[in-house]
Amino acid sequence: MTSANTPPFAGRYPAGALAFPHRSLLGIGQLETHQIHYLLDEAEQWVELNRQSKKHTDRLAGLTIINAFFENSTRTLLSFEIAGKRLGADVVNMHAAQSSVKKGETLIDTAMTLNAMRVDAIVIRHGSSGAVQLIAEQVDCPVLNAGDGQHEHPTQGLLDALALRHALRARGRQEFNGLVVTICGDILHSRVARSNILCLQALGAVVRVCAPPALMPSGIEAMGVETFHDFNAALEGAEVVMMLRLQNERMQGQFIPSPREYRHLYGLTAERLARAAPDAIVMHPGPMNRGVEIDSTVADLAGRSIITDQVEMGVAIRMACLDVLTRRARGVEGWA
Amino acid sequence: MKPSRPLTITGGLLVTPSGVKGGTIRCVQGMIEAVGEARPQDGDEHVDAGGQIVAPGLVDFGVFAIDKPAFHFGGITRAALMPDESPPLDHPARVRFAASSGKPDLWVHPLAAATVALEGEHLAELALMREAGARAVATGRSWIADSGVMLRLLQYAAMLGLVVVTHAEDGGIAGTATATAGEMATRLGLPSAPAEAEALAVARDIALAEMTGARLHLRQVTTRAALDLVRAAKSRGVAVTAGVTPAHFMLSDLALQGFRTFARLSPPLREEADRQAVIEAIGDGTIDVIASGHDPRGPEDKRLPFADATPGMAGAETLLALVLTLVRDGVIPMERAFDLVARNPASLIGVQAGELRVGAEADLALIDPAKPWIVDSAKMAATAGNTPFDRQPVQGRVTGLWKGGVPVG
Repeated sequence: MTSANTPPFAGRYPAGALAFPHRSLLGIGQLETHQIHYLLDEAEQWVELNRQSKKHTDRLAGLTIINAFFENSTRTLLSFEIAGKRLGADVVNMHAAQSSVKKGETLIDTAMTLNAMRVDAIVIRHGSSGAVQLIAEQVDCPVLNAGDGQHEHPTQGLLDALALRHALRARGRQEFNGLVVTICGDILHSRVARSNILCLQALGAVVRVCAPPALMPSGIEAMGVETFHDFNAALEGAEVVMMLRLQNERMQGQFIPSPREYRHLYGLTAERLARAAPDAIVMHPGPMNRGVEIDSTVADLAGRSIITDQVEMGVAIRMACLDVLTRRARGVEGWA
Repeated sequence: MKPSRPLTITGGLLVTPSGVKGGTIRCVQGMIEAVGEARPQDGDEHVDAGGQIVAPGLVDFGVFAIDKPAFHFGGITRAALMPDESPPLDHPARVRFAASSGKPDLWVHPLAAATVALEGEHLAELALMREAGARAVATGRSWIADSGVMLRLLQYAAMLGLVVVTHAEDGGIAGTATATAGEMATRLGLPSAPAEAEALAVARDIALAEMTGARLHLRQVTTRAALDLVRAAKSRGVAVTAGVTPAHFMLSDLALQGFRTFARLSPPLREEADRQAVIEAIGDGTIDVIASGHDPRGPEDKRLPFADATPGMAGAETLLALVLTLVRDGVIPMERAFDLVARNPASLIGVQAGELRVGAEADLALIDPAKPWIVDSAKMAATAGNTPFDRQPVQGRVTGLWKGGVPVG
């Protein structure tokens, strides 16, 4: 039984592969709004499954998925690994530190090598923007972007939207339209910010970004966001507050004087949160620097913080992406 | 190598500094003997131009590789070689070797490294390299960060009468940027630096040139702010000249779409308003030189993620055709096009070439300015096909080339 046969949302989307015609998932920027909705809707069944005691299906049985991570990761890698295994696929993790990349092999050669092993999907994280697209152009199987440089992290954007959708529905709200979301932190170095801006805007939200000038990318207004340097002003009336960590590993030179000073201006404290809309939702893609960009009292605030829901939705979204992108290879009717 | 017999080209449109006129050109012993009024004499090699353009061979100012097939395809008979070789041109022996590396059918004019190993710290042996054939001094791909070193370099070069060629990008601001700050870089998530990095460097170098009386050539000026500084300096009488490559008047940073590494250049492509400013500056004479910036790079340098790819483009083959688009668009007349690609660069390196005048070297190109062709990175004469103009239809093709009166190829 496949979801293509029994869609829980029959009639809302075009039939078969027309609902999601992309071979790979490189970024939210490539997706139409209805395709985002499609992935979110597809993920719901996996949210259900993941809450059962037996969290397993054989839908991707026999398929091999490689998680090729050229950059360190714990949670995203784990999330993709669990997603693949719960779908019954054979999942192999490749860490750059252990690979021939260190021996001077080029990225293209690595891609060709993976391709020659006849894998059915490749999940890639890489430190350079555009690296995942470069690999996708060289291989025959679907490629999923698990974060490329400062460009995009599409599954994070999708999982945040799914977690937010659940939180909104729990509050009796069905739509994102007009929802005011404030994203605060190291916008410059954040692929999560870019994917979230694109995803939330596509769903109808109004996005504000807040950062000190040195961490605010130039020209980001052209993406349709409102920019703030003053966090208090950015919080005014915000219904969702998404905090990002400082990506010290991507900083060359000094961007802020000290973490203490950063917290003084941009830390989400309980007092600051009070400036946002009543019941405002708190999000963070992790890993958190407690006491810097977010205080523990806020991060753990029951009923307001959905940070652990984000992690839960991550597995479901990645299962949905792996399922949808491998349908052609699996010969699912309407997709092959 | 001297030609065995005189060369006479009849029936051509001669591009001279004062305009394009029909006529005949005759060359004897590798030098131009008559322009306009002349007749082929017995024993001359006689070429009928058939109404095509007869122009000076191009003098390509600031290339990174000696790539003869590409230069000859593009009508280039002389090239000023940047010092960024491996090892760098910071020693008289290397300069002497480079100076003879293209003869007889391509003359290479080495630009001496301004500092040892191009590190921007210790002045190189500029006088000895001048003796060895260096025609100017260059800072290479990067700027000299230390203003004190730059000041002493300009003072010294002024004494030696050598033009100083600089790369104008403030290193502190540019850092490891691969794109110009703006919407495109932000959408693609590329490390970027504000365009003002150029104006800052230009302002400093002009101030130091003004102070020392040195002749300064800014190899690439690509932003409105920096061009305004050059324009103002020229009106004050500062001995400053400016160059650019076709990339910066043909393309904006929109060309980075899809992480196309062939569009990864140094300085990076700018926003559209700056592209328009470059075209204006070519039109009003603020820009003196258009060069190819020829830097062929194979897949090992270019088939990489954008930020990891090496900057540079193979430009020798497309230089002429792209400059001719400026003539067709009415930005400049034909004779000015050849000032930009031949006469002005020849004057910067102090060689008697780059124009059709009696007594100049007989470096000639026969050009069909309307001939259409399509740039194809897979079929380039260059050692690599890294052109940002791939698949672009262009017009203008070299149909004959002479170096010192001797046919090339």
